[in-house]
Amino acid sequence: MAAKTQRVLPGFGLALGYTLVYLSLLILLPLGGLILKASELGFAQIIDIATGERALAAFRVTFGASFLAAAVNAFFGLIVAWILVRYPFPGKRFVDALVDLPFALPTAVAGITLATLYAGNGWLGRFIEPLGVKVAYTPLGIVVALTFITLPFVVRTLQPVIEDIETEIEEAAASLGASRWQTFARVIFPAIFPALLTGFALAFARAVGEYGSVIFVAGNLPLISEITPLLIISKLEQYDVLGATALAVVMLALSFILLLAVNLLQWWTANRHRNDEPLEVTAAKAGGATA
Amino acid sequence: MNKISKRLSVLLIGLVAGSALADVTLLNASYDVARDVYKDFNPLFQKHWKAKTGETVDIKQSHGGSTKQVRAVADGLEADVVTMNQANDIEFLVDKGLVAKDWAKKFPNSASPYTSTMVFIVRKGNPKGIKDWSDLVAPGTQIIIPHPKNTGNGRNTYLSAWAWALRQPGGNDQKAQEFLGKVLKNAPLFAAGGRDATTTFMQRRMGDVLITFESEAEMIAKEFGKGEFEVVYPSLTMQTEFPVALVEKVVDKKGTRTQASAYLDYLWSKEGQENAAQNYLRPRDADILKKYSANFPPVRTFTVDEVFGSASKAFATHFKDGGSFDQIYQSK
Repeated sequence: MAAKTQRVLPGFGLALGYTLVYLSLLILLPLGGLILKASELGFAQIIDIATGERALAAFRVTFGASFLAAAVNAFFGLIVAWILVRYPFPGKRFVDALVDLPFALPTAVAGITLATLYAGNGWLGRFIEPLGVKVAYTPLGIVVALTFITLPFVVRTLQPVIEDIETEIEEAAASLGASRWQTFARVIFPAIFPALLTGFALAFARAVGEYGSVIFVAGNLPLISEITPLLIISKLEQYDVLGATALAVVMLALSFILLLAVNLLQWWTANRHRNDEPLEVTAAKAGGATA
Repeated sequence: MNKISKRLSVLLIGLVAGSALADVTLLNASYDVARDVYKDFNPLFQKHWKAKTGETVDIKQSHGGSTKQVRAVADGLEADVVTMNQANDIEFLVDKGLVAKDWAKKFPNSASPYTSTMVFIVRKGNPKGIKDWSDLVAPGTQIIIPHPKNTGNGRNTYLSAWAWALRQPGGNDQKAQEFLGKVLKNAPLFAAGGRDATTTFMQRRMGDVLITFESEAEMIAKEFGKGEFEVVYPSLTMQTEFPVALVEKVVDKKGTRTQASAYLDYLWSKEGQENAAQNYLRPRDADILKKYSANFPPVRTFTVDEVFGSASKAFATHFKDGGSFDQIYQSK
């Protein structure tokens, strides 16, 4: 009975204390400072700043583009992760290393490169602009930049989870009569869905705060392609630190609500899965459904 | 966080300087593209000061966006002098009690040792025939400028166009604002900064005209070749100033008032003025301006003080939230 509270490795208390101090110093302190600063303004004033025409347009662009970028990555990132885990091919390690590059590249460099690439005379722009698709200096450019920046999140969160699913399970499902689609939709996908949501949430959160790359490819036209971080910088240019913190706090609150929602969804699906039977049984059921 | 890292970097600079056996170390906080000017100027002053007093002065440079720089100084970056490209940035330090109220009178020429002016850069042969501000509103003409609200370069362009419209027959503020609305409609994007606008225009070949500092034209010539573009001087444009000031609190604390004052004074010396001219900034010294007159054709200019009262007033009227720029972008 006592074995239940005894752990193999000692030091839980110390590690917990360390964790709390570490998180407080690193995250709570700066965020607390931000909120404290914003509280110099009244709630009504903060709402007033955040609901101006320009601010609302910027929120729409920021959250909309971030959502799209995270969604695009959820789909294509899943394919990339699947390929990288499941299929051996020459140069696989090289491709695997490529995935992390958006993390390493200074974001301004990414933005300038994308702008050059997609401008009317760029390598890509010269082919797609005649077709009527403008990327550089449009809201679409923002989505492209954010997709680039956030690719690693989805791929890197999915890879270990896909590695955990043994190929035998797919075989089992197939041998029990599941179609390929059924195997994916009812066996594989439920297993990786929580990780996919985590990847999506990480990508989304990163995209919302992104400034460096977007600024060079967005065009920055008021009401059209202005992102919220640009408005924050604009306030700082006016020495309006309070106004900037107001926007930042609203952005933080919105992001927190959205991330919380994703986390709840993830917790819910993971729980449902845990109460279910093991994968092998799911595989059998998927097969049995058609048998 | 920022404050702490700034303090740390100052500490580091101090440690490095200490080991370099300098008698005095000065820190010059400056705007972004001033790198070349001060890179050449600092050795000139060091030589001058050594010859005059026998003292070795070490000069550190810190560069960044003008407004970011003054905020860093207000937050504790121990700069002895600030050399900026906007008077209202220095006014910010006055408000914070770091710079004397009468800073503009402590040196000649409103404390701006050299000037530049806003010019049009057009493609070779000027295919759209762009000669003056009025040509910018022609349908189908695209202008490339940095963000008019968030960058000094863009603000100068905005105010230049405004001043021109104001000086037209029957010109008033309302007409000027309408004119600016038409000009900005021809901007397909607002670049992140001056250099970004240049890259967009020259390398990505967007737009028919780039509006930027006269001194930037030389950078473009070096980078892309003289035959690629032409410089057009509009009938009226802004004389842009580059004000300098002593950071009183810092020089008193560090005991560097003598050296820091001498450093700024030296910007007006023949050597300092010649250095500015060589960096394509218009010197205040008449003789040196004459010597380099090939680079600086005569142009009718206005100063911000003349047309808008002061830099701070111009900023408040046009670029604060709800100012004339924001009004242009309010949907009716």
